[in-house]
Amino acid sequence: MEAVDLEFRHVQRRYADVVAVNDLSFQVPAGKICVLVGPSGCGKTTSLKMVNRLIEPTGGQILVGGRDVMAQDPIELRRGIGYVIQQVGLMPHLTVGDNVAVVPGLLGWDDKRKQVRVEELLALVGLDPKSYRKRYPAQLSGGERQRVGVARALAGDPPLMLMDEPFGAVDPIVRERLQNELLRLQEQLAKTIVFVTHDIDEAIKMGDLVAVMQVGGVLAQFGPPAEILGSPASDFVARFVGADRGLKRLSLTRVSDLELLPVASDFQPQPGQPLVGVRTTLKDALSQMLDADVSAGVVVDERERVLGQITYDQIAAALHDQLDDAHLDGGSE
Amino acid sequence: MIDIDWAWMADHVDELVARTMQHLWLTLLAVGIGFFISFVLAIVAVRRRSTYGPILGISDILYTIPSLALFAALVSITGITLLTVMIPLVMYTLVIFVRNIASGFDSVPADVLEAANGMGYTRSQRLRRVEIPLAVPLIVAGIRLATVSTIGLVTVSAILGDTFGGLGFFILEGYRRSFPTELYFGAVPSILLAVVLDLLLIRVQRMITPWTKPASGTPPEMASV
Repeated sequence: MEAVDLEFRHVQRRYADVVAVNDLSFQVPAGKICVLVGPSGCGKTTSLKMVNRLIEPTGGQILVGGRDVMAQDPIELRRGIGYVIQQVGLMPHLTVGDNVAVVPGLLGWDDKRKQVRVEELLALVGLDPKSYRKRYPAQLSGGERQRVGVARALAGDPPLMLMDEPFGAVDPIVRERLQNELLRLQEQLAKTIVFVTHDIDEAIKMGDLVAVMQVGGVLAQFGPPAEILGSPASDFVARFVGADRGLKRLSLTRVSDLELLPVASDFQPQPGQPLVGVRTTLKDALSQMLDADVSAGVVVDERERVLGQITYDQIAAALHDQLDDAHLDGGSE
Repeated sequence: MIDIDWAWMADHVDELVARTMQHLWLTLLAVGIGFFISFVLAIVAVRRRSTYGPILGISDILYTIPSLALFAALVSITGITLLTVMIPLVMYTLVIFVRNIASGFDSVPADVLEAANGMGYTRSQRLRRVEIPLAVPLIVAGIRLATVSTIGLVTVSAILGDTFGGLGFFILEGYRRSFPTELYFGAVPSILLAVVLDLLLIRVQRMITPWTKPASGTPPEMASV
């Protein structure tokens, strides 16, 4: 199903005399990942759950594809929105295949169509349908469970996905792999995704847009990661993204995005000059250069053909450009 | 060493079969009725948390009434009828069932309920397709306990005379006549009945809850549900 845009309009959630989410407004264009990030108690999960009405707003509007969620039947609404949570919440009494088929079942698909969909999705998330379909959740590792969780959320082909700290309960190596796979999937699927995390590094890595929230449910800053890192809107945001935000910005850009220093056709690398892969992030490239104690690295493609050189000046210039770009388009990449 | 009169036993096989059948159906009837009442009470207790304490409290108090006294007291009201047998038997299953069924529902993991809500289960779909199936292991544990305890109590109902009492009739008669053979004739089969029904229920549970059985080679901590 075609992705939809999502809009928060002055959304508020109040509990007795506590305000959990206060006057929250932002827009996520269709097909983009928006990460809600902030310390605990900032209302990020509450905000997420208001989208599928697991929590109902006490003020303002949430529009999914232009339609106010409060004007829709909550059951129908939820069946049309993918939902992934940290503890996964797979049904322990259903096989992996039946877990993935839950939403299609609720939507009344026939068995044949469900089975085709299950196999397609398990393959998509990197689980061999033959060996996984009949297993029970108790027989899976944490990482495998979360893959099934993602497959299950995608089963009804929802235009919008809500992911609440989806990779928070797995170890760092598995988390990194799952993050990369989600980004790879997203390139094919182009869903609109709202992703909640408390980890700023994850937010920067996953988000096309990042909403930094602070305690009391206040939106501290909303924008693409480069902008959040490059020009924090307040002391709170600056502290939250960390003193190393300059270095973090380096991981947003890859060597392939740079204008390289051209080299002559008979160029030979100096002894000790590092070979920097063209897909490397600027952060890793800089690290290689510092490691080798040289002022320029040799950029090579996958077949080790020399493409040019990279220097400290170019890295600095790239950070500068990154910021200008972020300000100019004020959204997307 | 106690003398067993094997010839007497051989003469009374027909009676043994009849008494065993009576014991069985009195047990099943009481467990069935008790289960039905308790299931409704447990769902009310779990759904409306404020009723949880009172429902469990009342079933606890009922359990403290001595069975022998209750059978005797009821005779003056309801006579020697099936009702007189069933009231105490059913009553004593309530405390076991209500507790087990309620904790069965409570044992459903919060993240599973949250995911179910988020995916768009209606309230009744969630109850039927998620909560009841996941409560089954503890519900079956309750049925096993209630069955074994009811088999014991059916023997007590023998004090109402020979109309009821199942195998308890032989136990009481053997005791009165100081005839150990007859006492064992009732006691051993009633123990066997309890063991057989318990084993049967374990098998039934394994069949209907395949997910609780770890696959070979799965580490035990991962296989626990």
